[in-house]
Amino acid sequence: MTMEGWLLILAFTGLLIALAKPVGLWLFALYEGRSTPLHRLLGPVERGFYRLSGIDPEEEQGWRRYAVHMLIFNAVLMLFTYALLRLQGVLPLNPSGHEGTSAHLAFNTAISFTTNTNWQSYAGESTLSNLSQMLGLAIHNFLSAATGIALAFALFRGFARRSAATIGNFWADCTRVTLYLLLPLCVVVALFYIASGVPQTLAGSVDVTTLEGVKQTLALGPVAGQEAIKMLGTNGGGFFNANSAHPFENPTALTNFVQMLSILLIGAGLTFTFGKAVGNSRQGWAILAAMMILFLAGATITYWQEAAGNPVLHDLGVAGGNMEGKEVRFGIAASALFSVVTTAASCGGVNAMHDSFTAIGGLVPLFNMQLGEVVIGGVGAGIYGFLLFAILAVFVAGLMVGRTPEYVGKKIESREVKLAVLAIAVLPLVILGFTALASVLPAGLAGPLNKGPHGFSEILYAFTSAVANNGSAFAGLSANTPFYNGLLGVAMWIGRFFIIVPMLAIAGSLAAKKYTPETAGSFPTTGPLWTGLLVGIILILGGLTFLPGLALGPVADHLAMIHGQLF
Amino acid sequence: MARSTQKSLFTADLILPACRDAFHKLDPRELIRNPVMFTTATVALLLTLLLLIGRDGLAPGFKLQLVVWLWLTVLFGTFAEALAEGRGKAQAASLRATRAELTARRLKGGGDAYETVPASALRAGDVVLVETGDLIPSDGEVVEGVASVNEAAITGESAPVIREAGGDRSAVTAGTRVLSDRIRVRVTVNPGQGFLDRMIALVEGAERQKTPNEIALTLLLVGLTIIFLIAVGTIPGFASYAGGSVPVAILAALLITLIPTTIAALLSAIGIAGMDRLVRFNVLAKSGRAVEAAGDVDVLLLDKTGTITVGDRQATEFRPVGGTSAAALAEAALLASLADETPEGRSIVQLARETFGCAGVALPDDARIIPFTAQTRLSGVGIHGSVIQKGAVDSILKANPGAGGTAAATELRRITDDIARAGGTPLAVAKDGRLLGAIFLKDIVKAGIRERFGELRQMGIRTVMITGDNPLTAASIAAEAGVDDFLAQATPEDKLALIRKEQQGGRLVAMCGDGTNDAPALAQADVGVAMNTGTQAAREAGNMVDLDSDPTKLIEVVGLGKQLLMTRGALTTFSVANDVAKYFAIIPAMFVALYPGLAALNIMGLATPQSAILSAIIFNALIIPCLVPLALRGVTYRPMGAGPLLARNLALYGLGGLVAPFIGIKLIDLAVNGLGLA
Repeated sequence: MTMEGWLLILAFTGLLIALAKPVGLWLFALYEGRSTPLHRLLGPVERGFYRLSGIDPEEEQGWRRYAVHMLIFNAVLMLFTYALLRLQGVLPLNPSGHEGTSAHLAFNTAISFTTNTNWQSYAGESTLSNLSQMLGLAIHNFLSAATGIALAFALFRGFARRSAATIGNFWADCTRVTLYLLLPLCVVVALFYIASGVPQTLAGSVDVTTLEGVKQTLALGPVAGQEAIKMLGTNGGGFFNANSAHPFENPTALTNFVQMLSILLIGAGLTFTFGKAVGNSRQGWAILAAMMILFLAGATITYWQEAAGNPVLHDLGVAGGNMEGKEVRFGIAASALFSVVTTAASCGGVNAMHDSFTAIGGLVPLFNMQLGEVVIGGVGAGIYGFLLFAILAVFVAGLMVGRTPEYVGKKIESREVKLAVLAIAVLPLVILGFTALASVLPAGLAGPLNKGPHGFSEILYAFTSAVANNGSAFAGLSANTPFYNGLLGVAMWIGRFFIIVPMLAIAGSLAAKKYTPETAGSFPTTGPLWTGLLVGIILILGGLTFLPGLALGPVADHLAMIHGQLF
Repeated sequence: MARSTQKSLFTADLILPACRDAFHKLDPRELIRNPVMFTTATVALLLTLLLLIGRDGLAPGFKLQLVVWLWLTVLFGTFAEALAEGRGKAQAASLRATRAELTARRLKGGGDAYETVPASALRAGDVVLVETGDLIPSDGEVVEGVASVNEAAITGESAPVIREAGGDRSAVTAGTRVLSDRIRVRVTVNPGQGFLDRMIALVEGAERQKTPNEIALTLLLVGLTIIFLIAVGTIPGFASYAGGSVPVAILAALLITLIPTTIAALLSAIGIAGMDRLVRFNVLAKSGRAVEAAGDVDVLLLDKTGTITVGDRQATEFRPVGGTSAAALAEAALLASLADETPEGRSIVQLARETFGCAGVALPDDARIIPFTAQTRLSGVGIHGSVIQKGAVDSILKANPGAGGTAAATELRRITDDIARAGGTPLAVAKDGRLLGAIFLKDIVKAGIRERFGELRQMGIRTVMITGDNPLTAASIAAEAGVDDFLAQATPEDKLALIRKEQQGGRLVAMCGDGTNDAPALAQADVGVAMNTGTQAAREAGNMVDLDSDPTKLIEVVGLGKQLLMTRGALTTFSVANDVAKYFAIIPAMFVALYPGLAALNIMGLATPQSAILSAIIFNALIIPCLVPLALRGVTYRPMGAGPLLARNLALYGLGGLVAPFIGIKLIDLAVNGLGLA
């Protein structure tokens, strides 16, 4: 571990916290439907959209309508992408002449991008046409992110509104977030990437002769734009197979820093927006504080383990930390931090191969996802997932102050508890259930590259990543098979929408409740005590659920490594 | 029923029947009401069958012990519930005996003719005759006559109370005994719905329904059970990848230690004990929901008299007018009060004697006492042809029209306004038509009440004083007592409006009342405590009845409600926190055969895999009876702000729940190995 490494982690954390408020305020304006400086420029575009599609942005929707509209929207987009991928061979903008993909790959990819997962069972540059990348996938990068933020808005309204029947308008939320936040931010960040050397071209690949005199084919494409939204929208689907480890996606240490920051930027801002929405900024800060504690703990462990390296290799005379699978231009600290950032959020973009991390270094990203990606988390999804935990935390411990549990002025009663438990139980059910299935079926056992606990980690990681809508891969797993494509596709779909629907039902139920004013006797949800409680509940619930799996995967792997056995 | 007859928690006559009932409660139809314990019983049954047919390489002795401890886990849970119910059942039995012997003299037509019928034959609307020595056969309203009634059977208080037709003291309760006179009572309830029946059902817990918070908590526990079922159910798949397998008995042990058996086993006992604490406090809650609501109360409406001030006002000062000396006024007041046996009268005598040395003054034998009547609203004395009167200012002026326009009258008005502003009640004194001055009667705020209100404020509860006094007096007393707000010259309508206003702001309101005109407000309030001395209407409208008719108890009722919720929260937190240690006991034991390196997770240093699993399951079972006293008594409750309270309870039950099982399991492991059980 180096001083520079620690400074990087601390500078990153500090800057992220500093940016939470301005971003949160911008989001709050969109949440309230207020005008921003950009409305002068883009207002006509927004109104044009509504006119074209016959949407009345003022029309309020109850939670059921909000959910149905959201589901239809996502289903249509998914089918569109499926068709596009299957037919890309006969469609234009295909300079490299890629064929249409297999049915199971198209199924998997369409779900993957619709659910903000961006799990990629394929290598982008050798499988997809430019049209598929730009129209099929980039659209999802924007709209799945916008959907997430809209859903977070809906839940915020549930907490903020009193005796109300509605939680906003899905179309208006989605349009505003895309138009006034994601698009302009992407333009700025994409220009920065282009200036840093990331290609943005419609040309196909270029053949060059290297210094050794060998001919090499360099894949090019509209990378910069997709790279910007890939991070900002916590999508994570890279243009290239190597993702952000590829020099054309992530050329410099500075782009690396900006990429990490963009992953968590909107998620951190949303915590502040939540505080504003419920009328007490400290509520938002308390949540961000809990998230940052979990984040720093993860970053510390991973950095420590990666820097400590592998004792078996040390015995062989290879000194230093674990550099396997890492880009030399980023080094251990930036790679470790990136891995924690990308799994804390539901991004899944990687700048190093998590499969090559030490066992415990790889456990942290895995555990981050198993917690449901509530440490900052995916745009929108992180905060609404976190609020589900907050509801349970309030319910378990809230009774201890001698009152029916309340959170930000709303009583938490059986309906909310039931729905929150339902949403949270989806995670272990699908992750553990599907992993167990893959662990016994021959088609599943054919997947992992490595043997022993490390191979088990590969399977566990894949399903965790899919259900949590992360999309990062532990690598090592051959997932482009009908079995894995199909099962992972289902896992991603369940992991996204089986949490969203109960979450929206909670929003509806909360919105209808009366407001309970805070008194000296109310459960305090702003101080360090609450922050500590949140961290504790999340760790205990997450830890207890996944400990057996983790014990047989990374923990066994790690303990074996200490005893000199590698897998 | 009285507080003096409280029983200690664990006496043989409570424990033995509870042990028997614990087995009766294994009936699946009853067990299913508690899904977590039902799951435990199902797993125990499954393992019992496996014990007979299974071949999994585990030693039969080890498996037998597992099965026994699983069944004990279930039995400890049913025992806790039975024990909590037991205390109520004993009370119910004596109440039942009272009810069984009731007979009634039902009147026929309008006259005195009656027929003797068993009380169970009475219907609402019947009129019965009750005479000296009779037990009142049914709840009802006195329609004719006055009687003194011993209500000890219900309240435990043996001093008789007056019940009379009309007014606010007309309600009578079945099972109470008329000590003197005869009354006619109109029956107001049908058999099985009376106060006595409801009380029997209540203390017995027979009609106990889960309260909203209990339902929500049960849902959470079911959710946790499902999550742990998934976590444990997928382990065989994982183990098969690692090239091994885990015996079903071990999986079952892991599952039972992980699911929240501790809180599930104690949940209904906590609820029953909470109601029981109220009952022993001589307050009957008509539903568990009301007790929970008491914990949530934000605003307390308290009647001034009897709650905030002692019922009696005391003389503190003499204020003469028109040149009369204070001593002369004191002597006149003394003479006028010597025959007045009210506490106020006695306080005037005492003040005059202490401050003006009127020790020797006594009433001459031929003094003519003027008694207080509702018409004149004054009292006094006639001595040797001269008349001294004392009474409310308006009454004195009315009785002495000549004094009306005088300078003394103007001065009296000024003085009495001053007294009212200072929170007192003025009494005017006149002698032979001439105004002498005023006596300052002060409302005495109860000792310690100010601190109580301070505590309530810390707990976030606002107090509002309700009084019929004018706003000046009310403001002064309110300031002295330290209430947050007051409602002066309050009519029942004002009360109702105030409750509605607070509720619209999302606050929960508690109040107590006794009159029929309080009934709407009692019904509207989230917690309405009716005084037992009150009317039938009030007792019907409230969701609690205070058998002691002590309005101060409202504050304690809130405390009991909070304690109930806190106990539930504390044990839930404890139960969930326990799981961490259990994992560290069982996971290494379960997987060490697959990956020997995992022995490093055995941080407690448990001797063998078998003893580790056995110790975890034993701890999981034994913790239930260990926590029964806490569940029944409730966690210690101190009035304080939510922040410090949470910090305290989190440290105690959260951290404690994390650490305790590490120690407990280690100790049990030592014992298990010492005894050679595994």
